[in-house]
Amino acid sequence: MKTDRKNPKESENLARGENENTSESNNNRLLDLFEVDFVRQGTSRRDFLKVLGFSFASAAVLASCKRPVLKALPYIIQPPELTPGQALYYASSYYDGHEYSGILVKTRDGRPIKIEGNALCSFNKEGTTARVQASVLSLYDDARLKSPTEDNLPVSWEIIDKKITSELTRINSTGGEIVLLTSSILSPSTAKLINEFGARFKNFKWVQYDAISYSAVLEANSICFGRQVIPDYHFRNTSVVVSINADFLGTWVSPVHFIPDYISRRKPDNEEKDMLLHIHFESGMSLTGANADIRKKIKPSEEKILLIDLYNKIAEKTGGEIFPGVPYREDLSELAGNLIESKGKAIVLSGTNNVDIQIIVNGINLLLGSYTECIDLNNSLNIASGIDSNMENLVNELNNGTVNALIMYNVNPVYDYPDSNKFLAGIKKTELTINMTVSLNETVGRCKYECPVHHYLELWDDSEIIPGQLSLSQPCINPIFDTRSFQDSLLKWTGKSTPYHNYLISNWEKTYYPHSAFSDFRKFWNESLGNGIFSYKVPERNSFNFNKEGLNKVMKSSSNVLSNGYEIIISESVSLGTGLHANNPWLMELPDPISRQCWENVAAVSLTDAKKLGLQMGSLVKIADGLILPAFIQPGQTEGTISVSLGYGHTNSGPVCKNIGVNMYPFVRISERNKMYGFSIDKPDNTLKRKQLALTQEHYSMEGRPIVRETVLSKYKKDPSSGNEFHKEFESTHKTLYPDVKYDGFRWGLSIDLNSCVGCNSCVIACQAENNIPVVGKNEVIRRRIMHWIKIDRYYSDNPDNPLVYFQPLVCQHCDNAPCENVCPVSATNHSSEGLNQMTYNRCVGTKYCINNCPYKVRRFNWYRYTNNKAFDFNTASDLGKMVLNPDVTVRERGVVEKCSLCVQRIQEKKLQAKLENRRLKDYEIKTACMQACPSGAIVFGNLNDRNSKVSRLFTDPRKYALLEELHTLPSVGYLTKIRNDEKLNT
Amino acid sequence: MYNRKIRGPLIEGNKTLGQITEEIINPLDVRPGLWWTIAFGIASAAALFGGYAIYITVNKGIGTWGVNNSVAWGWEIVNFVWWIGIGHAGTAFSIFLLILRQRWRTSINRAAEAMTVFAVISAALFPALHMGRIWLAFYIFPYPNTRGPLWVNFNSPLFWDFTAITAYLLISVSFWYLGMLPDLATIRDKTASRLRKTLYGFFSLGWTGSSRHWIRYESLSFILGGIAAVLVVSVHSIVATDFAVGIEPGWHTTIFPPFFVVGAIFSGFAMVMTLMVLIRRIYKLTDYITDNHMDAIARILVFISLIMGTAYLTEIFIAWYSGNQYEMFTFFRNRITGDYTIQFWGMIVCNALIPQLFWFRKMRRNWKWLLFVSLSINVGMWLERYNIVVTSLSKDFLPSNWVSYTPTIIDIGVFAGTLGLFGVGVLLFMRYIPMLAISELKGVVHIGNKTED
Repeated sequence: MKTDRKNPKESENLARGENENTSESNNNRLLDLFEVDFVRQGTSRRDFLKVLGFSFASAAVLASCKRPVLKALPYIIQPPELTPGQALYYASSYYDGHEYSGILVKTRDGRPIKIEGNALCSFNKEGTTARVQASVLSLYDDARLKSPTEDNLPVSWEIIDKKITSELTRINSTGGEIVLLTSSILSPSTAKLINEFGARFKNFKWVQYDAISYSAVLEANSICFGRQVIPDYHFRNTSVVVSINADFLGTWVSPVHFIPDYISRRKPDNEEKDMLLHIHFESGMSLTGANADIRKKIKPSEEKILLIDLYNKIAEKTGGEIFPGVPYREDLSELAGNLIESKGKAIVLSGTNNVDIQIIVNGINLLLGSYTECIDLNNSLNIASGIDSNMENLVNELNNGTVNALIMYNVNPVYDYPDSNKFLAGIKKTELTINMTVSLNETVGRCKYECPVHHYLELWDDSEIIPGQLSLSQPCINPIFDTRSFQDSLLKWTGKSTPYHNYLISNWEKTYYPHSAFSDFRKFWNESLGNGIFSYKVPERNSFNFNKEGLNKVMKSSSNVLSNGYEIIISESVSLGTGLHANNPWLMELPDPISRQCWENVAAVSLTDAKKLGLQMGSLVKIADGLILPAFIQPGQTEGTISVSLGYGHTNSGPVCKNIGVNMYPFVRISERNKMYGFSIDKPDNTLKRKQLALTQEHYSMEGRPIVRETVLSKYKKDPSSGNEFHKEFESTHKTLYPDVKYDGFRWGLSIDLNSCVGCNSCVIACQAENNIPVVGKNEVIRRRIMHWIKIDRYYSDNPDNPLVYFQPLVCQHCDNAPCENVCPVSATNHSSEGLNQMTYNRCVGTKYCINNCPYKVRRFNWYRYTNNKAFDFNTASDLGKMVLNPDVTVRERGVVEKCSLCVQRIQEKKLQAKLENRRLKDYEIKTACMQACPSGAIVFGNLNDRNSKVSRLFTDPRKYALLEELHTLPSVGYLTKIRNDEKLNT
Repeated sequence: MYNRKIRGPLIEGNKTLGQITEEIINPLDVRPGLWWTIAFGIASAAALFGGYAIYITVNKGIGTWGVNNSVAWGWEIVNFVWWIGIGHAGTAFSIFLLILRQRWRTSINRAAEAMTVFAVISAALFPALHMGRIWLAFYIFPYPNTRGPLWVNFNSPLFWDFTAITAYLLISVSFWYLGMLPDLATIRDKTASRLRKTLYGFFSLGWTGSSRHWIRYESLSFILGGIAAVLVVSVHSIVATDFAVGIEPGWHTTIFPPFFVVGAIFSGFAMVMTLMVLIRRIYKLTDYITDNHMDAIARILVFISLIMGTAYLTEIFIAWYSGNQYEMFTFFRNRITGDYTIQFWGMIVCNALIPQLFWFRKMRRNWKWLLFVSLSINVGMWLERYNIVVTSLSKDFLPSNWVSYTPTIIDIGVFAGTLGLFGVGVLLFMRYIPMLAISELKGVVHIGNKTED
């Protein structure tokens, strides 16, 4: 035993060149204490302390639990670009078949841990959506497919390639039909590859399919203009926007692209003090409706009547052709007047997936001269290209048995095709079925071969969101599982040995390099890859011609039957989108911005209907066979309509979303060749049972308190501080006996513009990803223990049947006179010399006094151990999921209080960087996670001591106020009043 | 001075000194009745349930309670304040009545002090359990350390609280225990059992009853009494600052410290009355704890009840008079009306209205009424704390944070556990310690007796 001890000591001593003997004898003397004889000797008085000490120490050692040994392995060969502790950012792009963003991927020690918007990408700038922010967690999802399988048994890639190639060859030799079914493909290189792949076969078809379809827009534009595109909507050039059931700030087409454009015209602090007038018609309450100046309720069946009437009213005044039609139940001449007045600067939008409606909308926009200043058909958005009838035809073909091979990529028709049974029956009749997808979903296991693909952070790709605006995707981590990109599989099956990476480079060299100004391709490539983007001017296409035939046909054939029953609206969920990312616990626990409820989809009913049907919050209501949902009483819901969101109700998926909520896709109907996201019933039944909803906010009224302060444009023009009268009053009463605290260096502040915030929730997930915020699960949300450091409060005012809606992001206010600080008995929360209210987790014993004494209630308590706890089996319970954790932020223990730190780790990082470079910090250099993710730029962080910083200027804005400023807490967070446009209403 | 004709003797039945010793020590020597065993069983079961609830709390986390991110203090703090209030009675009895030279206290003070000790122990459990990281509870001790040194936050009412409760517990235990010395010695001298002789001998600290001992004993009582008198006032004032220092509507009021002290004495006296009604009936100690004693406590209760009623009205008036909309909301829309009306009106009825029955002499001398009123005061005082802690937090400044609060089975378990602990303590006290202060009783046996006239 002794020799065991000696060996390391020996070498240590030799290394130090010390006298071995002395230390040896010391060691021996020390070790004597442990000799057996020593214990037998009995203790003398002199040894008492020794024995006492030893027994205490050993008792302590024995009693203390063993801590698990965690090993961190260093690099054997350090990559030159990698400094431990420093993040590396890679430019990439996000596209999941439904949503696109140019992004930067933050990696630490080879792990992607955070997604930021790529400021160079003009499509979304720095803004991102919640789903993009959360996508990094899906990389570390245990529900990802881990290896290729044949008949649900794992096989190697070699075998599966051989089998697939031979089967494809066999089918091709007999002239069998081979169909590739993909989600919308944004990548020009992939599209090229697919065409090359298909060219090898005699009978090949490529079908693109979108779970949430924009087919009607594509088809309508094809009919009207001969271009099958989704145009870009330039809100920055508009003065009036009339949108009908198009939630373009929440879900429709590309909110991340529209929000900054829209918000740029919603800020009246320009010279003309002018802002966009937004009128929104909708059935259920959406983010867009919540942000509109005027929100009107309609039933889905009234939309066509409304549009025809509006067309006629506009045509009447602009001299267009008037079609016969039923007048809408309200007089639209005022609306038409507003639109005509802003001719050339107006947009009319509809989000309904119906070709007729989209054609009328096109007709109206044409009358208003919206093309191409406001609606741009040239720089169209390639976000979706699926045509509903193509998929329908494919399913019919599959059932007829005419398809011999079906290759699926990134689609989940078993879950999201309306008639999934028909689809399933179809693929059973198909000889060769291959499925390529990232994670476990309903379609997985239904095909002969599963060829799992990389997560988007593991692969090479490119995207062309707008013609001429390209971006690249690059792998930021080695593939975690035995997966292969879709493109590599196609190349393999084409018989080529080149990896897709090379294919991509050579395609760029051929196609895009000539458009660049670089003389060397390598330089061009490196530059493009570094920036993540490359854009070039696509030659303008000829001016469009409007084909009036389509419109004539629609207008003349239009006969619309109004239903007397209830109309169900099936809409996309702001959190989950199509449902592709439902297994992402961050998104699952992200409250819907309107209902503030999560972990389930609900049936939103109006107040009147709830009363009529005897429904309460959470009453289970039977809408159709197999469709029982908890009711959510939604102020602003149109009477006679019920809104339900998509994305829930997975049956074969990861544990997070399995059997959570109801899948609404089976209730999508295909009518007049388009998917109709809705249906009607006579009357829903109250089952008289109730369920508790995971609500994160129960009370919707501000109770007359000056919490969100607002004004209208006409008053703002007279006095920019209108609506903010309390500010002056409260400021004048601030008295203190204590001397003012001086902040010598920095003094951090955050400004939140309530007029810019659309409530999109992006900041919530950005914060969660940045600050390692745990997911707590449905039961804990019900018990009001959600951990989000930033939450977006939603208030209603005015008439509850069609209320005004307010959003208020709420973070720790970092009060200079913080009530939480003086009550903590152990000084675990205190004030920094830079004005931050800091939380010292190590010191916190969890008395929760600070939570009580915080008037904003922004402090969160770790009620349980949320890490390594199988009771909270979300990302922090597994080693894989924990890879997403930000190493710069402590993971909090059970029993401590946590809250917004204004991203103190980011402040420190940039401060140090500036110090190393011996320069002053620049304004906007430090960005909190919420600020960086915000697509509308509503959140501004900066140094209040610097008079020229943006945040200081915002703090002196007459619209600025502090929340609950009458309490004299002196917050470092300021809010700017909300302004609604009340002008041009009475023209 | 003492008008026997009006007030009657302090101790009835013309007891001799020997008789007093005999009658009071008797319950210690005979086997307890079946009721004792049953009561002890129930109390132990409750205590065990509490033990389980505490185990779950410590093992899993405070998440097992009903508290949430808006109402971060719930039943446990309600119970804490309630127990601390009850824990006021003994000391208040002994000290205030000692200072006021109310010699009738001698029949009651021992039991009241015992009750204080168990109540304060029960109370002290809650703040400890309420810590998220109970294993780091020592952070709250101000001691020189190697962490900086890091000191506690002397501004925090919770630190004051900790100091006050610790001091109060120490002083009440000493006061109670040292006051028992002569009686313990009496048992030592009387008992036949060797074990008892040894144990009581050990705990009587070698009391011989010499006049020197008596002199020291008396002066120590006065010194401890003097300290405790301050503490009675300070402890609950400081507990009140936990709330009064906070900015929550309904908390931030200057009336709280006196209001809390009075409330504490109110609940303490009520608890004393509950116990006395039971003890004097079960142990047939009506000669020592006479109707006059109960009458006196009842008079005090009716007086305090008036103060409480006034305080409630004052709070409501000030909420309205301040013009503070948050205060207005808390009082008028979350207590008087709203989700918590039952608790609010329950408090008013139990604390301000029911005790008014004690204006009637008949009620003051009927044990059933005494028991009913004293119990309803105890319930009322619990509701008062519930009103303060929960209603203010559940709906404070920002409506988006409003929540409703419901306790879990674990919350109930911890409370039941402390009731059990208190019960076990009181029952053991009845069994092993003289319930009345024999030596002090002997000092007042002559008062009001005919022999004295």
